[in-house]
Amino acid sequence: MEPQTLTLSPAAPNGAGNGIYLLAAHPDWRESRVNRRLRDAVRTVVGVQVCDLYERYPDYDVDVAAEQARLAEARLVVLMHPIQWYSMPALQKLWLDEVMTYGWAYGVDGTALRGKDLWLVATTGGPESSYHPKSYNRYFFDAFLPPYEQTAALCGMRFLPPLILHGAHNAPEAEVAAHVDVVRQRLSSYPQWPELDALDPCPECEVPTSDRVRAAKLPMDTV
Amino acid sequence: MEHTPAWLINSFIYLSAAVIVVPLSRALGLGSIIGYLAAGIAIGPWGLGLVTNVEDILHFAEFGVVLMLFLVGLELEPKRLWSLRRPIFGWGSAQVLGCAALLTALAMLLGIGWKIALVAGLGLALSSTAIALQVMGERNLMTTSSGQAAFSILLFQDVAAIPILALLPLLGVATQSGDAVAGNQALQAVKIVVVIAGIILGGRLLLRPLFRWIARSKTPEIFTAASLLLVVGIAGLMQLVGLSMALGAFLAGVLLAESEYRRELETDIEPFKGLLLGLFFIAVGMSIDFGVLLASPGLMAALVVGFLAIKGLVIYALARAMKLSFQDRPVFTLLLAQGGEFAFVVFQAAAGAQVLDARTASLLIGAVAVSMLVSPLLLVAIDKLLLPRYALLGASTLEEISEPQAAPIVIAGFGRYGQIVARLMLAEGIACTVLDHDAEMIEAARNLGYRVFYGDAARLDLLRIAGAGSAKVLVLAVDEVEQSLEIVDLVHAHFPQLQIVARARDVTHWNRLRERGVTRVERELFESSLRSGRSVLELLGQSAHAARQTAMRFRTHNLALFEKMHPFYKDRAKLIAVVKQGRLQFEEQMAQERLERAQRQPRGWDTHGD
Repeated sequence: MEPQTLTLSPAAPNGAGNGIYLLAAHPDWRESRVNRRLRDAVRTVVGVQVCDLYERYPDYDVDVAAEQARLAEARLVVLMHPIQWYSMPALQKLWLDEVMTYGWAYGVDGTALRGKDLWLVATTGGPESSYHPKSYNRYFFDAFLPPYEQTAALCGMRFLPPLILHGAHNAPEAEVAAHVDVVRQRLSSYPQWPELDALDPCPECEVPTSDRVRAAKLPMDTV
Repeated sequence: MEHTPAWLINSFIYLSAAVIVVPLSRALGLGSIIGYLAAGIAIGPWGLGLVTNVEDILHFAEFGVVLMLFLVGLELEPKRLWSLRRPIFGWGSAQVLGCAALLTALAMLLGIGWKIALVAGLGLALSSTAIALQVMGERNLMTTSSGQAAFSILLFQDVAAIPILALLPLLGVATQSGDAVAGNQALQAVKIVVVIAGIILGGRLLLRPLFRWIARSKTPEIFTAASLLLVVGIAGLMQLVGLSMALGAFLAGVLLAESEYRRELETDIEPFKGLLLGLFFIAVGMSIDFGVLLASPGLMAALVVGFLAIKGLVIYALARAMKLSFQDRPVFTLLLAQGGEFAFVVFQAAAGAQVLDARTASLLIGAVAVSMLVSPLLLVAIDKLLLPRYALLGASTLEEISEPQAAPIVIAGFGRYGQIVARLMLAEGIACTVLDHDAEMIEAARNLGYRVFYGDAARLDLLRIAGAGSAKVLVLAVDEVEQSLEIVDLVHAHFPQLQIVARARDVTHWNRLRERGVTRVERELFESSLRSGRSVLELLGQSAHAARQTAMRFRTHNLALFEKMHPFYKDRAKLIAVVKQGRLQFEEQMAQERLERAQRQPRGWDTHGD
């Protein structure tokens, strides 16, 4: 199934695109309760290009050039997936490893994503109360977010406040429906979000060339 | 028994002879034609004597040849036939006249009267269309240059048979005055022109609407009946004016080659052709007169060897003049050198016209029949003895693999399988030495810019020159199972450092490779079939990733099952038990997983997610 391709609005004056590119990653939609509904909902939002990652790359052969082109077109990049092992699904991570290359996404001349926004829309299986020093997940959920946040920062992207639905297995129907609705509304109204003006600008993360001399083509920090 | 009609008994005899002997002959590597001929000898008057009316059967079965030429015609659009006019008339007349002249001259030198010498020469110059086309069809030679050349010559012979038959009464004891004969001939010529014009016009204007009309009735058997009726009708018409039935059928085929019903006609006629052609070969086997053969075996042997040798000489020279590649020449020569079914007709007609006496006629017919029996055997000999040597020779003429190669990869077999591997390697900038022993494949591959060498990879010296001694990997992608195994043995004995990556044609081949310690073996259709399975699951609504995981699960299970089966691959009963058990296990496992999904019992860690 081809993810729906929607016509994007023309590029913004500064050369960057102003559309929304949403990566929906779920290894098995049949087992999804919330994310599948989210996926179906966001496909109907005008201006959002949805990439169903596991549908598009079932063999994990990510088309780097095509993905970079889609990113370049976008102003907002959305990562939408269930949190698995305190992180993103494997293919979403592989996508990051392969698409966010040195010299393109970060590092010397790596300015392709600068000024864009990154938004995480995630679900967790465990309830919010389990993400507590006294419960089995032992940390507040925020403790698992720095990798996402710093990924955005290194690429010069603003990390928008993530939208998390906890306890997705047992959340009451009304809560799920409301969540889906929020996501849809948010995408429709972007970038007219009240809280955006209050956000700090993205911190500068310049990578000294001396750190990367031998690693020009490797995914980040493999050396 | 007395209530059983004769045709039923006869059919039973023919069919059982064919069913028993032909598979046997194929299993022995002798091909189907020898099988049919042997079956004929076995049930004929000189074998078990089960059948006696050989003549009738032969006449009836000749219709198989007619159907065959109809099918050949269907494959040949008028435009292509027109482009073949030069080879047909040029090379065809060269073959018939050259052979006939040499045979006649030799016979006269031996003190045989010129009339007999001429008739014998002309008759023996003809070749067996049935055997030649059948063999070329089996070997996929019809589209090659040697196949086209042979076909052109055979077609000319069909045309040439007409004047030869017309000549016989002139040579015979003249009972009619010359004028009457000339008058008859003029009338005959008019008839021939009218009939051929009628067939061409009718074929152009009438046949297509007629078939369209019949096809619209949506009664498949009537379409088959109409196809047969067409061929029978045209054959009858041709017979009526004294032309070759086969030629008429061929003409009708050509006229229908461009019609939209070509494929349907082909599939309808094909089984009839196959059966009748088989019957024809059986009849030839039955008609071999062992009486004549036994009465003068020396004379018969001299006759057969003599005419085969002379024809062979002329035809080989012709093949050289036509610039056929020297690997193609032996088969080409042999297929045209043997006597043919037209010779039977010519000699019988000559006996009727009293040009030949009965004994000479049956001697000549016997010689032709024996040559038809011998030539498939010679063909086997050429395949087994001569061509392998040529393959070796070819290495130095086609392109030097005499220069030692040093690529890290040797690819044996450059068919569809080897090509993909080679392309992947070349895309990575890895040099490959490619070996193949199909001259045409090499030509095609060279045109695409590959460095492919002519050579049989099952030869130790060629492997050595190809660099097997220093290479890292041998990709074993040859078509033939036995050859593939031979190469494995050679590599293990002489190039222990060489890793083998092998293609298995089927389960048995896979097991035999594993038995020899080759572990990197791919069943050639396995992975692509899995991909198709995935596509089906996706079309049924599974997501691409879920379909992949299902297929991968199946793949893992299947590979494990193969490992488990391997020790028992020679023990069929045990093998089946293992397969059944394995399949059951897998199906149960998959059902269990489906159940879990249905019950929404997430497996794995918190599963997450939602």
